[in-house]
Amino acid sequence: MDFYRMSQQYDELNIERYLNSIDDQDVINAINKQHLNELDYLALLSPSADKYLEQMAKRARELTIQHFGRTIGLYTPLYLADYCVNQCAYCSFNSQQQFKRNKLTLQDLEKEAGAISKTGLKHILVLTGESRSKTPVSYIKECIVLLKKYFSSISIEIYPLDVEEYKELVDVGVDGLTIYQEVYNEEIYRQVHLKGPKKDYHYRLNAAERGCVAGMRSVNIGTLLGLGDFYSEAFYTGLHANYLQTKYIDVEVGVSLPRLRPFKGAFQPRTTVSDQQLVQMMLALRLYLPRVGINISTRETAKLRDAILPLGVTKMSAGVSTKVGGHSGNEEASNQFDISDERSVEEMMEMIYQNNYQPVLKDWHLFR
Amino acid sequence: MNNEEYFEAKPKDNLKIANENLKSRLLVGTGKFANNQVMNKAIASSESQVVTMALRRIDFDSEQENVLNFIPKGCILLPNTSGARTADEAVRIAKIARAAGCGNWIKIEVIKDNKYLLPDNYETIKATEILAKDGFVVLPYMSPDLMVAKQLVEVGAAAVMPLGAPIGSNQGLQTKEMIRILINEISLPIIVDAGIGKPSQAAEAMELGAAAVLVNTAIATAKNPVLMAEAFRDAVKAGRTAYLAGPGATKDYADASSPLTGFLNNQSE
Repeated sequence: MDFYRMSQQYDELNIERYLNSIDDQDVINAINKQHLNELDYLALLSPSADKYLEQMAKRARELTIQHFGRTIGLYTPLYLADYCVNQCAYCSFNSQQQFKRNKLTLQDLEKEAGAISKTGLKHILVLTGESRSKTPVSYIKECIVLLKKYFSSISIEIYPLDVEEYKELVDVGVDGLTIYQEVYNEEIYRQVHLKGPKKDYHYRLNAAERGCVAGMRSVNIGTLLGLGDFYSEAFYTGLHANYLQTKYIDVEVGVSLPRLRPFKGAFQPRTTVSDQQLVQMMLALRLYLPRVGINISTRETAKLRDAILPLGVTKMSAGVSTKVGGHSGNEEASNQFDISDERSVEEMMEMIYQNNYQPVLKDWHLFR
Repeated sequence: MNNEEYFEAKPKDNLKIANENLKSRLLVGTGKFANNQVMNKAIASSESQVVTMALRRIDFDSEQENVLNFIPKGCILLPNTSGARTADEAVRIAKIARAAGCGNWIKIEVIKDNKYLLPDNYETIKATEILAKDGFVVLPYMSPDLMVAKQLVEVGAAAVMPLGAPIGSNQGLQTKEMIRILINEISLPIIVDAGIGKPSQAAEAMELGAAAVLVNTAIATAKNPVLMAEAFRDAVKAGRTAYLAGPGATKDYADASSPLTGFLNNQSE
């Protein structure tokens, strides 16, 4: 049974009505349970849980320190190319956007890798737009081989692949996969993915599972907060993470909580996810899935990232550029989206130490 | 006899692993600390002589971030194979650790289960056999099981490290009865690894007859790790001393100091 079929059992659940039926006692019970089920998780996401955020935060902090210690993993994204054949309503790389597209040569990539490597980071996330013709798997493989000289752990955030293709990348040294469903609601998914292969909801939904099958050590999922109804999207994200963690016990499952950010285009988010909701989702996730990784990117402000550091986060990006060649000084390329927290790796490390946590630049090494 | 004379008179009670005689029966880990300086002080305060660290986390390129630079001099390094999902991976990590100058002690951790972090005993036995033949001092972390422990002895383990409870759970000796069986039946040192959350639980393991305990999360995530390391140091010593002293038997009934049938003895007088 794949995740889609598993999640269908909740089709009958009227989430809005269920959320309204949650009372204080349901929330208190969920906070104090050792093993939470899906409905406990939903209780913690509910409006009734608003006034219990402090208790949730205390529990979330305890669980995070217990399982991950006082550590925050750091990584940075590296954009290989911004060519894209999709028309996603919310993204600057949308094929309809007119700007000079870029793709790194291996020489460019070496400069980029060298620049990042100087910061001390050993973990990177390699990104491309979705264009199989401009950035085929063969090109990505060449890049990975080069990057292995510089980094101990390489994750990818690229267009979804078949199991065999993921395996090819695992074989050359990729150990992590990040793939966001963007929005779990199928109807909204259809509306915001106007053209291109990304319109295939099911192929994208099952990509995370294909990565697990292919031998990825870590798989990171997420919904783009703002595209769909907050409660429902947060709920299905948790269900998906639990599904993967339970079925693929050898995979480290992580969840990102990206909120929509300004980009080139006029798309307006359907909903605005408040800071409080973002925090509530993070705390609920931690209580529901104590060992899941939680990633907060530079989409969020420095102030917010500093404040939520002790509440459940396990990974943060640092020294970020969302443009192709951005680490080695390419000023001509376009950002995929505007970031909020522009601090360097050094500044992030300093902040983390100030908060009595340890920044972890190297947490994994693929020994082959 | 004053204290000093007493301790001098007391026979040496060292823990022997391979050819090393260890005074301390507390092994400590290096993960989860808020920074390397605190870790360094906590290890010093624990007086531990064996320190484990995940090879995958060691950044040999960085002076500042390389955990090895913060392990007190004189400690035996016990690199572990954390991250390995198969025996092959564990063997590869062990060999890299040795080549990198971390010595020939290795703690085998083969874990496929990311939810509970329970070890894979079958792969652990395979890795232990290969590495023991290759001259490593192998300390395998395992789910307590007598048959598995016997196999680990047969294939050349230097000690056996059963878990008291899942890693980082701080639940104490949940597997106490299994560990008791291992202590009774296995000739190698039994080192309780994982799950110990409080000094009292470490003392309990030592009173039970464990040769040593390994503690990481409970120290690293304490409010004051340095003080907690000291507490564990003392608890392990106390538990060991109690074990050597031979605690009186536990009984289900009271043993009155004035026995109910004492009059029978009085009559015979």
